[in-house]
Parts: sequence; structure tokens; C-alpha cells
Amino acid sequence: MGTLEVKDLSYTYGKGAPYEIKALDSVNLVFEAGRITGLIGHTGSGKSTLVQMLNGLMKPDSGKVLLDGVDIWEKPKEIRNIRFRVGLVMQYPEYQLFDESAEKDIAFGPRNMGMSEDEVKEAVREAARFAGLDESLLKKSPFDLSGGQKRRAALAGVIAMRPEVLVLDEPAAGLDPGARREILGRIKKYQRESGTAVIIVSHSMEDMAMYCDTVAVMDHGRLMMTGTPAEVFSRSQELFAAGLDVPQITKVAASLKKCGVDIGLDVYTVGYALERLLPLGGKGE
Amino acid sequence: MSAVIKAEHISYTYPGDEDTPPVQALRDVSLEIEEGSFTAILGHNGCGKSTLAKVLCMILEPDEGTLEVYGRDMTAEDATDEDVFNARRNVGMVFQNPDNQLVATIVEEDVAFGCENLGVAPADIRRRVDEALATVGMTEYARHATHRLSGGQKQRVAIAGVLAMRRRCIIFDESTAMLDPKGRREVMDTICRLNREEGITVIHITHYMNEATLADRVVVMSEGGIIMDGTPREVFSRVSELRAAELDVPQTTELLWGLKNAGWDVAVDIFDADECAREIARALERGGHGNT
Repeated sequence: MGTLEVKDLSYTYGKGAPYEIKALDSVNLVFEAGRITGLIGHTGSGKSTLVQMLNGLMKPDSGKVLLDGVDIWEKPKEIRNIRFRVGLVMQYPEYQLFDESAEKDIAFGPRNMGMSEDEVKEAVREAARFAGLDESLLKKSPFDLSGGQKRRAALAGVIAMRPEVLVLDEPAAGLDPGARREILGRIKKYQRESGTAVIIVSHSMEDMAMYCDTVAVMDHGRLMMTGTPAEVFSRSQELFAAGLDVPQITKVAASLKKCGVDIGLDVYTVGYALERLLPLGGKGE
Repeated sequence: MSAVIKAEHISYTYPGDEDTPPVQALRDVSLEIEEGSFTAILGHNGCGKSTLAKVLCMILEPDEGTLEVYGRDMTAEDATDEDVFNARRNVGMVFQNPDNQLVATIVEEDVAFGCENLGVAPADIRRRVDEALATVGMTEYARHATHRLSGGQKQRVAIAGVLAMRRRCIIFDESTAMLDPKGRREVMDTICRLNREEGITVIHITHYMNEATLADRVVVMSEGGIIMDGTPREVFSRVSELRAAELDVPQTTELLWGLKNAGWDVAVDIFDADECAREIARALERGGHGNT
């Protein structure tokens, strides 16, 4: 399974124009197979630009994107293959559904890859299962599905290409808490079973804390820090300065310390907080 | 306090066509919005929140029930188009996706668009646009191209457009859904300030429970109807019911709820991190360390 690495990646929008914006500034980052990396950063920090570099939708001004050690731009004519190997689920992907049935829509990618009809069928079934789309929904028009189902159909369309790396830009944006848990849980399950490298861009610190193995923080086009959720979210002051936040539970832990109850500052889910608090007692008489 | 919006027994069904059956989105909804209040509306996707918002600002006309906006019955037999236009001048709406609401190519022109259509004097438009852009923190982008902005920046421009039109009641339909944490804080600060300092009536539809805790009142919808209506403390104490409606509670409440279920003597209706920490510290003092 693929490991994706970016080396000294730089990109400037409108180079030479009065409003030129340096979107990426020598970014170095490794996305390992079998891990979920969360990419966080304020609006305009360069996350989306970075994401579009990962499957060759944009070409860096300088620096490299390496898939299993090979520069994806080594043979520019073959960049299309890279887009099959690095699957990108864009923001609000349900707006990209177009075919007459959910099944045909999911099959679009695999068919373009040149899979045989039997393989396509198998890939669609498998992808629908991972995305949690019931078989009965596959014959329906994608436009008759509910919002959450549409989102999952779009996700299935990328998974069906069996990418070695899966990149998702705000996969849970606009979904209610139940649907958020559903789609992120399915992505986590897919990552566990397939061993793919998964990269998730999100503004929800709570979701990042819950689902990611590694969190990378972008600030003004630079990689500001990277580490486990515990390492990253314990540096709350730096995150605030970068226009970000920590999960609310991490703030409770910081405040508890001030009250003389030290459960550590690296508490980033409610589960961990409970684990550390419960042994302390606190029951009434 | 008087009700600026009064909806009684409202129902709405999206008409189907030959391929799609009709869908009933609102069932017998009654809701009164007080002048100057801040109401949050929660509910899972498809529960009817956005349909309700569209009915309240008269984008959709209810099939049944009565809707009174600023004292005028919009559903009355003799309600004229002019009545609807006048009522709409009081109620503004900010949507979720900024790409569907920006119309001009330059930021300040977009913010001015609504005012121009209302026939506001040019000098007054200039002042309103500058104020609105300052309020949403986009002053330095006044002359930038709208298509080059990020999603969050576009949304702040859309909000500035409504602010410039001086609406007395603003409905935010998941307007924070696409923003980063800082953008979300800025927008929520703006919404709170507009409500508390300018007396603007706010209806805020959101999936973020923490945002709902900032409101005076939380309304929870499910399957086209209202299932809970109360202060944030009242509503978020009902953890199991919220979970059944596919919703969450703030992490502070989730933590305190977990402790309470383990036998701790704590309140669960606390949304502030510091207050939550003090409650836990108090419980520990009362119970004694390790004395389980």
C-alpha cells in the first residue's frame, strides 16, 4: 500500500501579480500507509492547495510529491494514473453526482480505469458496502437519495477505484452529528481493513481528535507542527494563535489543572477524560 | 416583549413530480419568536429545519396554518405581494453555501448589492458597506475578487451583505458549517453582538451544539415537528432524548453525564469549560479523593 510524501513543496497563486499569495512554503510531510492523518489549519492556510497537489490536480512550483518514493510528475503524461492511485473526495462531493443511477455513478471511475465489467460490478458492490449504501439504493437515481446517502455514494465512487491513498476534504461538513459519526466511522473502518493511507481535512477539532492517528497543522502555507492528537492538542496556545482550537474537553482538562485536579493536558476525547477522572472518586456521601 | 414571528400549525409538503413522491417536510409546527431573542434550531439532516427557515422568511408559502410576521398575517386571504415584500424587509437570511449567494465580482460591490436594490442613497451605502465589512473582519478584502476568496471569507461577505441591509431579524441557515474555528468564533461573536447590542432578532440553525448553548432558547426538530423547546440548560440535560434524535450534547455535558452515571454528584447542564472543571473539583472535594 502506498506511502505519500511531500518534499519542500511550494506554490504561489498569481505569481508576479500584485495580489500574489504564497499558498505553500516548503512543506515536508509523510502520509504513511495504514494511518489516518488529519490536516487542520485556518481558512487560507494552504490545506486545500496541498490536497490538490497530492493527486496531481495542481503542479507545485518547486518540490516534489512522492508516491512510494516516485515523483508523481516524473512522467507528466501519466499523471492520470496517479489520480486513480490517489483518490480525492472533494468538499461537498454530492454536487458531483451525475449519472442516472447510484450504481452507474459509482462505476464511473472504475470503468474509466479500464476494469472489466465483472471487476466493475465487484468494485461497486465492495465500495457500496464500505460506504454503507444498501443494495436497494443502488438502482435509484442519486438525486433521490438523502443528503447523507448522497455523500456516501460520492465516497463510494472514489473507494471503487481502490486507491492506494484516500484523501478527503471535509468529508463530514454540513452533516448532522449522527451522520458525521456514520461517515467518519466508515472511513476509519475502510482504513483499518484496507491498510490505505488516509488524509482527512477538517475544521472539527473534536472529529480530528476522535478519528486521526496523526494530526498535521498548517499555518500561512507552512507546516506548523505534526504529531499524535495528544501531542498536538496539548499545545493549545500555539493552536489558538494559528486561528485554530482544541476540543472542548481539552479546555476542561486545562481548567481542571488550575483547580488543582491534574489529569494531564493531553486529554482530547471525553472517553480519556472519564478514564482519568473516574479513579479519583467524587461520589457523594 | 412582542412576537415578531408567529407561526401557528404550519405544514408544508414539497410537491413531487412523476418520478418523485411528495415529501411532507413540516407537520403542524407552532412557534413564536420574540423581538430581540436568540433562538437556536437543532435537528438531524432532513428534519425540516431549513424548510421552516424558508417559511419563516417567506421564501416558501405554508400549505396550512397561519404565519404572522411583524404583525401582518402573511397567510390571510387579503395578504398582498406588497405585504410579503414589506415583511421580507424585516427578515433576512444567510445560507450555508456562500457560493450560492455571492453575485458580484468584487467584495464591496457584493455587500452593496442588497442596498442598491433597496434604493439606499449612495453615500449611505458606502458607510453601511464599510461598517458591515469591518464587523465581519473583511475590510482589507473590500476590493478583492470574490471568486478568489476561501469559503469562510465568502461566507463573511454574504453575512456583511445582510448586515448592510439592516434586517431586524436574521435567520442563519447553518451559516457556520463551512468555516474554520476562528471564522466560526468570529461569526458567532458577530451574531451574539448583533443580538445583544443592536437588538437584532436571531434564529440560528446549526449542527454545532456549542453554538446552540450561546442562544437564549433551543428548539429541537425531528421528522418535521418540534420535539423540544427550552433554554439550553433544559434541552441539553435531556441527553438520551437528544441522542435518540441523532444529535449530540456539548462535550462538557457528555463528560458530566458520564461521571453522573458512575455515581458522581454533579450537574450535567454546564457548557463552559471552566465552570465544568469547577463542578468536577467541587464533586471531588465533597466525595474525597479515592473515596469511591
